[in-house]
Amino acid sequence: MTSSNPLLAVRGLHAWYGESHALHGVDLDVHEGETVTLLGRNGVGKTTTLRAIMGLIRKRTGAITFRGADLMHLPLHGTARAGIGFVPEERGIFVTLTVDENLVLPPVVAKGGMSVEDIFSLFPHLKARRNSPGGKLSGGEQQMLAIARMLRTGVRTLLLDEPTEGLAPVIVQRIGELLATLKKSGMTILLVEQNFRFASRIADRFYLMEHGKVTAGFPVSELEQRMDELHAVLGV
Amino acid sequence: MAEMTESNARKAASVRVEWILIALAIIGLAAAPFFIYPLFIMKMLCFALFASAFNLLIGYTGLLSFGHAAFFGGAAYFTAHAMKVWGWPPEAGILLGVLGAALLGAVMGFFAIRRQGIYFAMITLALSQMFFFFCLQAEFTNGEDGIQGVPRGTLFGLFNLHEPLAIYYFVLAIFLLGVAAIWRIVNSPFGMILRSIRENENRAISLGYSVANYKLAAFVMSAALAGLAGALKAIVFQFATLTDVAWQMSGEVILMTLLGGIGTMIGPIVGAGLVVALQNTLATSDFPVTIATGLIFMACVLVFRRGIVGEIYAWLARRQKSNGRS
Amino acid sequence: MTMTMIFGIPIQALLGQLLVGLINGSFYAMLSLGLAIIFGLLRIINFAHGAQYMLGAFAGYLLLSYLGVGFWAALILAPLIVGLLGIVIERLALSRLYGIDPLYGLLFTFGLALVLEGVFRYYYGVSGNPYAVPPLLAGGTNLGFMFLPNYRAFVVIASLVVCLGTWLAIEKTKFGSYLRAATENPSLVQAFGVNVPLLLTLTYGLGSALAGLAGILAAPVYQVSPLMGSNLIIVVFAVVVVGGMGSILGAIVTGYMLGLAEGLTKVFYPEASNIVIFVIMAIVLLVRPAGLFGKDA
Repeated sequence: MTSSNPLLAVRGLHAWYGESHALHGVDLDVHEGETVTLLGRNGVGKTTTLRAIMGLIRKRTGAITFRGADLMHLPLHGTARAGIGFVPEERGIFVTLTVDENLVLPPVVAKGGMSVEDIFSLFPHLKARRNSPGGKLSGGEQQMLAIARMLRTGVRTLLLDEPTEGLAPVIVQRIGELLATLKKSGMTILLVEQNFRFASRIADRFYLMEHGKVTAGFPVSELEQRMDELHAVLGV
Repeated sequence: MAEMTESNARKAASVRVEWILIALAIIGLAAAPFFIYPLFIMKMLCFALFASAFNLLIGYTGLLSFGHAAFFGGAAYFTAHAMKVWGWPPEAGILLGVLGAALLGAVMGFFAIRRQGIYFAMITLALSQMFFFFCLQAEFTNGEDGIQGVPRGTLFGLFNLHEPLAIYYFVLAIFLLGVAAIWRIVNSPFGMILRSIRENENRAISLGYSVANYKLAAFVMSAALAGLAGALKAIVFQFATLTDVAWQMSGEVILMTLLGGIGTMIGPIVGAGLVVALQNTLATSDFPVTIATGLIFMACVLVFRRGIVGEIYAWLARRQKSNGRS
Repeated sequence: MTMTMIFGIPIQALLGQLLVGLINGSFYAMLSLGLAIIFGLLRIINFAHGAQYMLGAFAGYLLLSYLGVGFWAALILAPLIVGLLGIVIERLALSRLYGIDPLYGLLFTFGLALVLEGVFRYYYGVSGNPYAVPPLLAGGTNLGFMFLPNYRAFVVIASLVVCLGTWLAIEKTKFGSYLRAATENPSLVQAFGVNVPLLLTLTYGLGSALAGLAGILAAPVYQVSPLMGSNLIIVVFAVVVVGGMGSILGAIVTGYMLGLAEGLTKVFYPEASNIVIFVIMAIVLLVRPAGLFGKDA
């Protein structure tokens, strides 16, 4: 982990769903090439944090900088254009679009993205279904597609929300391999995951969230010694 | 003994102020025919009742009907026909108008309720247009000419409604009764349920209410009261025409309610007064009424959704909040 | 020529009315298509659609009267003008209404329709102005069992081309995929970097342009009158309720079907012809409230 300036810096992030105050001042850093994981019980604000960074939640205060530039005052379609990709919790596969259309929907925002053919060679199952409606895919295939479509855009930073939720172990393993490959290629990843066994295989650092704030941050090397503390907080 | 806290006293005071204002308004209306052309005020009263009836549906139940002209104009036709062709006295003519409108409301409502929101509005518009075409072609409505020269008759055999004061106080009395009825409905348990349907229909369903029945009941009541306004109008102006059942009339009553304030009791009354006054002013000028109506619609939807009375209430609430804080 | 009869009606009369029904249905289809596109993405019922149709016809009429611009150029210019006006309306006003109760969108566009109609009524009264059939399409063909005016045939073919072309554009093109995705999940599409607000503006412009195109096509068939849109739009609403707004194809098919139904009714039961679509709407509401092709309830 470098001590240079973080790629993505969040300071004092507050966010509201209507009147409900969901984030109470989140601070976190992600350095270039790192994989950082947000841990926490259901409802503490992990997904809200990702959505607030993307700009999907507009009622927010605080500071979010990416490559030194302020993200807070960009319109919603500006965050992706700044170079951040998003894989939402519900996967967000469009059912009225084919697999192929889903894949090419997110516009290319930077050079260096993969071509459609290269992506299909990485995901042969998707290639076989390229003309199927997106809604006909299984959960695992949808998750693959949700990650795959980001690879075309050229983003080098990914926000991933619970990519393994509800998936069979063999798919989970495949996703783990995929993320490891991406990490090796230099992708910066901010990951929300309940399954910290899975996360520990690729994460460099962890943040623990409680009640809309980050309460602890530690490198992966400290994970074992913090196990009891984590079990208590996460209730798993 | 429960002591009167300061806010309780303030609430009791504001209720007293409301009742005083209402009493003043009634006295004002009673004295008005001596100062203002009575036909003009009666027109306002008819449309104020029409708008209040419409508000029962949109303001308190959350249903936008785009076809209320069918009830207003339909009742006008029924009453006009009964009184002119069958020679019925006014009380019977009005009753027929109201019942006819209620029946129309039951039929239209039955179909419209099957969809929600925007579809509901489109269905009411289409069904009311169907009624318009029926009126265009039917024998009893006299087509393009309408029913003219409707006699006002003698109320209960006692009051000759051709006398200007008699007809005026009759209309005022019906108007007050109609508004009182709406007030009663809105503030009853039934009205509470309607409001809960407006707030969150799914929650009302999950609480076990047969929401469709309540909606239909509200629709029929609103139609009947709109019919009362239409029947009155037929007697006052002594004619019923296609204009009364046209979609433009449905749009007008929406405008009156929107401008005055959806969901407030006096909003529609204020809105109706303003729109009738505006139409009166524009009638002598070159400026087309439809353009003025359309512009006001657009302005209200963009910047003035609470309507005049709604904005006043909001302003009062803000003032009270800041007074309470200091 | 012998008078062949079907159900006691001469076959020429039947086919003649069916042609009228097919023409009406062409306009019902084009207009409900435009409404469905706008509603699908913007969640606004464009009451001004009828007025925009009228604007398209008037654009053609004015282009011819004042600039000597003929039908074929007007076929491009009229939709362009109406579409541009639509873009202005969306930018200035409609975009402020997203996110609040869709009934307000209906009321705003209702007000807009009143203003547009009112302005044209002020200058042109209520009677219709004639617009000549373009010389290239004048006259007709005698098919033996009936006489087919060339322009009428052109209208039917043109509307089919427009409807199917629009359907193809939405279902098969990249732009169409943006539209479909944004209809499903607009904020996610924006989070991917697509300028969805611009997409909304363009879509309203496109829907308006479709109405304008229908208007210029209608000009030689019906008279160009300020009132031509308002009664039509209410029928189109009924068409849309019957078809359901879930599918573009459904809107198109329903438009043609109801036009034909109207034509048939004119033959066998003329007094009911102007309400038959409303009656069908009532029946559909009883048996299949979501509409024949509707997806939401």
